[in-house]
Amino acid sequence: MRARMMQGNKACAEGAIAAGCRFFAGYPITPATEISEIMARRLPQVGGKFIQMEDEIASIAAVIGGSVAGAKSLTATSGPGFSLMQENIGYAAMAEIPCVIVDVQRAGPSTGLPTQPSQGDVMQSRWGTHGDHPIIVLCPSSVHETFALTVRAFNLSERYRTPVILLMDAMIAHMREGVRLPELEQLEIWDRAPTEVPPEWYKAYVNEPQDVPPLAPFGEGYRYHITGLFHDELGYPTQRLDEINPWLSRVFGKIERGLSEIVDYEEDEHLDRAEVIVIAYGATARSAQHAVKLARAGGSRVSLLRLRTLWPFPEERVETAAERLHRVIVPEMNRGQLALEVERVVGKHKVVRVNRADGQMVAPDQILDAIERRSVGRGYR
Amino acid sequence: MSNGRPVRPPESRVHERYLRHSKKFPNVWCAGCGNGIVLSAIIRAIDDLGLDKNEVAMISGIGCGGRMPVYVDLNTMHTTHGRALAFATGLKMVRPWMKVLVVMGDGDALAIGGNHFIHAARRNIGLTAIVINNQIYGMTGGQYSPTTPRDAVASTAPYGHIEQPFPITALAQAAGAAYVARSTVYHARELQRFIVDGLSRNGFSVIEAVSYCHTMFGRQNQMGRATDMMRHIKEQSITLSQAAKLSEEELEGKIVRGVFADRNIPEYTDLYDQVIAAAQAEATEEERLRPGGPSSHDAKDATVEEADAPVGEAE
Repeated sequence: MRARMMQGNKACAEGAIAAGCRFFAGYPITPATEISEIMARRLPQVGGKFIQMEDEIASIAAVIGGSVAGAKSLTATSGPGFSLMQENIGYAAMAEIPCVIVDVQRAGPSTGLPTQPSQGDVMQSRWGTHGDHPIIVLCPSSVHETFALTVRAFNLSERYRTPVILLMDAMIAHMREGVRLPELEQLEIWDRAPTEVPPEWYKAYVNEPQDVPPLAPFGEGYRYHITGLFHDELGYPTQRLDEINPWLSRVFGKIERGLSEIVDYEEDEHLDRAEVIVIAYGATARSAQHAVKLARAGGSRVSLLRLRTLWPFPEERVETAAERLHRVIVPEMNRGQLALEVERVVGKHKVVRVNRADGQMVAPDQILDAIERRSVGRGYR
Repeated sequence: MSNGRPVRPPESRVHERYLRHSKKFPNVWCAGCGNGIVLSAIIRAIDDLGLDKNEVAMISGIGCGGRMPVYVDLNTMHTTHGRALAFATGLKMVRPWMKVLVVMGDGDALAIGGNHFIHAARRNIGLTAIVINNQIYGMTGGQYSPTTPRDAVASTAPYGHIEQPFPITALAQAAGAAYVARSTVYHARELQRFIVDGLSRNGFSVIEAVSYCHTMFGRQNQMGRATDMMRHIKEQSITLSQAAKLSEEELEGKIVRGVFADRNIPEYTDLYDQVIAAAQAEATEEERLRPGGPSSHDAKDATVEEADAPVGEAE
């Protein structure tokens, strides 16, 4: 363990390299550019490859191509670029190609406030691409956690053969704080499952016995077909319902059956005795943490449930945590996105939203007001 | 031979070794389509070169031509509309020893994928791009494409087309491709030879295969059946040396065949190997092996941090 000062974007890049990422394709965009810059310098040092593509659409396409060739692959962008990537994120979900997409959120819509943080892409990260699809979205609240969750994003992506989105924000990305990076040998790294059958038996999309069939890299004798069309077990296009429906069951099922491994959150020891809980994520969780501390010092029985996995939504824990309570506070740097999920799970009447979408952090005071039932938001809503 | 019947040369059965037996035919293409001829030329070119099928990939986008890879026993990927070259770029970067064929139509390569086309050429990355130019969007029903000739009728140009077509070979040359050639589906052997050339060159190669769409273009423009359109291509096509003797006006409507560029310029993945060598030469042991790099680099990063664009000025 070596302590050092590090920026969030650097922690992301280093986490990726530690996880085994050896291919990066990206396009410059504030506030994610440093990830590209660091990968351009670092990847060739470890024998990996970096390319700056002509746009974000090409970047995610190249990343999928790199992953099909067998390399753990990453791209990093912000809202406008994330919007451009959506079609090919759907391709990765459909073709079950592992890859990690970092979205360093900035205030939007459109060009918005390029240097200011936001949490406005929570819903886009879930539903940005067309059609029903499973997805995993992780969200760090600190520089250290950015490193850890980048490693985890690769691990989950490789194990579940799915695109994973790391939803950062400009605050975490550009913040510099002390971190202790683990030594490489202490890290748990999951690689994609190796193909265990000879090429003539190989089926890239077989539905049984396991729900994540191994993905053979191109160029190693397993000549098969990949398509964005609905496909059969060999990857060939199909319109047959008896081939489409088993595929749907398997790709949604693989995430559902992995929930206990995928869903991740942090709670404090007061949660079970709390009268009010704050559910927060990303940079906003830091304001929430401070607000909860101040409120507890003032005698409030309040607790923080901090989400590290946003999608699939940690429904079960949120439901049990809020069961006895009358008030659940959801602060977000948007007009209320994850709050919709919390409302769905715990009931709309219990949820107090605390929002800001003007590129500024939700301040601890704002959350404290909500905890202590003072007027909420002071005009920011 | 003993019974007096001629023995078929083994070459005529070449498709059996390259088409997928597990894929149910027939294919999606209309009877008489030129796509099959292009596929045949590709297969024969691969066979001519004696390439290992395990080390050949065929990547396509969306459109009639985009359906080609599924029939071929190679590493095949049918990607999104216009993006085949970008997917192929990632594959080639990670496995530079593979031969990567990218099959696109004119709409796929030059409209939605136009940006990727010029940038792949500019990088001179070792991909072999085959653009099947039938001057129309066939799969969606005959809308005008970036190579539809002026005055032609299309379902989205019912009063005649007013845009000028992209000259594919000139565009590829200007953008920096190492090898650029054009042939037609009538000149199948020449097309095959150009694909052999393209696959042999170390760099970005573009082979335009002039084809036709009797179903969606011919019908709207009273050009007859597939055979009539094939005859039209035969009659209108001339070689580069014949073209050199013609005036601008005489060249109007002609299909000029030949090799437009064949130059030895550095290939992208080769150059990137030099980047790796340079990076590793200056990297410390720790940078090569450990996450995080040495602490001394943090000081450098701090100056980058302070130089961040002021609020509201960054894009």
